[in-house]
Amino acid sequence: MTRKVLMKGNEAIAEAALRAGCRHFFGYPITPQTELAAYMARKMPKLGGTYLQAESEIAAVNMLYGAAAAGVRAMTSSSSPGISLKTEGISYMAGADLPGVIVNVQRGGPGLGSIQPSQSDYFQATRAMGHGDFYLPVFAPSTVQEMADLTFTAFNVADEYRTPVVILADGMLGQMMEPVIMPEAIDPATLPPKPWATRGHEGARAHNIINSLHLDAQKLYEDNVRRFATYEQIKRDEVRVETYRTEDADIVICAFGAAARIARSAVNAARERGIKAGLLRPITLWPYPADAVKALHAKALVVVELNMGQMIEDVRLAADGAFPISFFGRCGGIIPTPDEVLDEIVRIHEAMEDEEGR
Amino acid sequence: MKRGDEVAMTQSTEKAVFTRPHALLPVVTNYCPGCTHGIVERLVAEVIDELGVEGKTVGISPVGCSVTSYDFFGCDMIEASHGRAPAVATGVKRSLPDRIVFAYQGDGDLASIGMAETVHAATRGENITIIFINNAIYGMTGGQMAPTSLPHQVTQTSPYGRDLETAGYPIRVCELLATLDGVAYLERVSVDTPKSVRTAKKAIRHAFKNQVDGVGYSLVEVVSTCPTNWKMTPEDAFAWMRENMLTYYPLGVYKDVQAEGFANAAEAARARAEGCPIACGEGVR
Repeated sequence: MTRKVLMKGNEAIAEAALRAGCRHFFGYPITPQTELAAYMARKMPKLGGTYLQAESEIAAVNMLYGAAAAGVRAMTSSSSPGISLKTEGISYMAGADLPGVIVNVQRGGPGLGSIQPSQSDYFQATRAMGHGDFYLPVFAPSTVQEMADLTFTAFNVADEYRTPVVILADGMLGQMMEPVIMPEAIDPATLPPKPWATRGHEGARAHNIINSLHLDAQKLYEDNVRRFATYEQIKRDEVRVETYRTEDADIVICAFGAAARIARSAVNAARERGIKAGLLRPITLWPYPADAVKALHAKALVVVELNMGQMIEDVRLAADGAFPISFFGRCGGIIPTPDEVLDEIVRIHEAMEDEEGR
Repeated sequence: MKRGDEVAMTQSTEKAVFTRPHALLPVVTNYCPGCTHGIVERLVAEVIDELGVEGKTVGISPVGCSVTSYDFFGCDMIEASHGRAPAVATGVKRSLPDRIVFAYQGDGDLASIGMAETVHAATRGENITIIFINNAIYGMTGGQMAPTSLPHQVTQTSPYGRDLETAGYPIRVCELLATLDGVAYLERVSVDTPKSVRTAKKAIRHAFKNQVDGVGYSLVEVVSTCPTNWKMTPEDAFAWMRENMLTYYPLGVYKDVQAEGFANAAEAARARAEGCPIACGEGVR
């Protein structure tokens, strides 16, 4: 079925999860991800699946932990303050090598913050989804189509590497409607078996244990080293990035998610004025597309984010001093207009011309 | 009689009267001398054996002294974070409804940090089995005040005794959960005498059988001791437990929908709500 349908971003994530074979969803109400849970509540009973409204985000993520341990495809979703509560469980999932998908439809922070769109959980998603030494793949969709596609992909990546995976969206993407072609549905019964899962040994094998505790320091060390070897594999094989008009660009904007949509319009407007602008859009925030940044031939980079400057640290790390890097951001739920971003491009362009003319 | 005959005679009269349950693996536990975890875990394993469900059982061991019981039980096991075992159990049971899912929790885990998960798994009527060890102290971290520590009980973090004015009152878990419609069975037992061990075994068996039969949420509270952190001999600990714990936490059945003549928790809830059509299952209009 390749019919285009008009869908809200939050609902597209939910529908794509169902098509990826997810039949267990554990939620807790929070704005602006509510439509996702509501969609699951409507659809799951009809598919013989589980929609369960947990008593808290903490309980929801631990239900996800249990369902993942039982070997089924499962998901939870929330928005920024709720994700903070889930980080304990996500750390346990990482430590126990459990696959699962966690959706963050971001809103402004810190604290209760706002209910408007934001990208202020970049640090949390890429650096600190809980205590301990671990990373997890973070997908940053920029369109409703990508919300569907990356959710579908997230389940495959989670299962392949036995890791929790985060979809880092925001309130703008979650609430907006766009035409989308849904991925072909998978029958969960046809998914590969998970021999490590705790489903009851049926007398046919030794007992399986799902666990993140190692009282022996050497064992915990070895467990982390093994997991980091998997991370190297993920860094090799799962990096996703889009480059747009960067081949001859003097000024390249680095932006992800909703900010990248605005940046793209600004790039086009700059090109119309004869300014060679381009866009580098990370689709995976971890692993970060550092090689794509290094490969740029730009004279200047501008990082555009809906926060006070978080991803810019990864851009700086990747660029390693190769380009001058500046930041343009708005936070608190304020979305910059393409014209504002264009003004920034023009300002940098003029500064570059002055420099060259001198 | 020659030596060989003696051996032959011994062999012919050998009969195993006490063996390790199959569901309990032949490994050394990490429990302190005199601790009752060993007794209770053995009872759980015996029940799993008797019901013949080891191969379809998934156990959950959250943070506490018994966290490493994932190494002791022969069934599939999941270690859970502090307090979250009922949520993890819910995730497993909703994914694998035909599996037997139990959680083995201590008092700090179940009644303090995990109280929300405990109450909500119970009120949802999850068809799971909870074994609750109440020894009125945090054992693993070295003897701090627990939600079930008794008034004036001295612990590492209540060095002058639990002060009711500042630390409030101990929680009686069975009494609290008995008010919830989702609950099928609650019993408080102890394992300080051969007789009480037999009663405890019956209760644990009932709690597992309820799950097999789909009767609903079942919890057995085992009033226990912690000789190490109570700083008593095992014998004195039992005496202290009988004198103090059992006074505050009386043994007995707190809810048993089957004994009341109902097939399951839902049927009992309907009867309990008689005269209130909304609660009876007709719902809001």
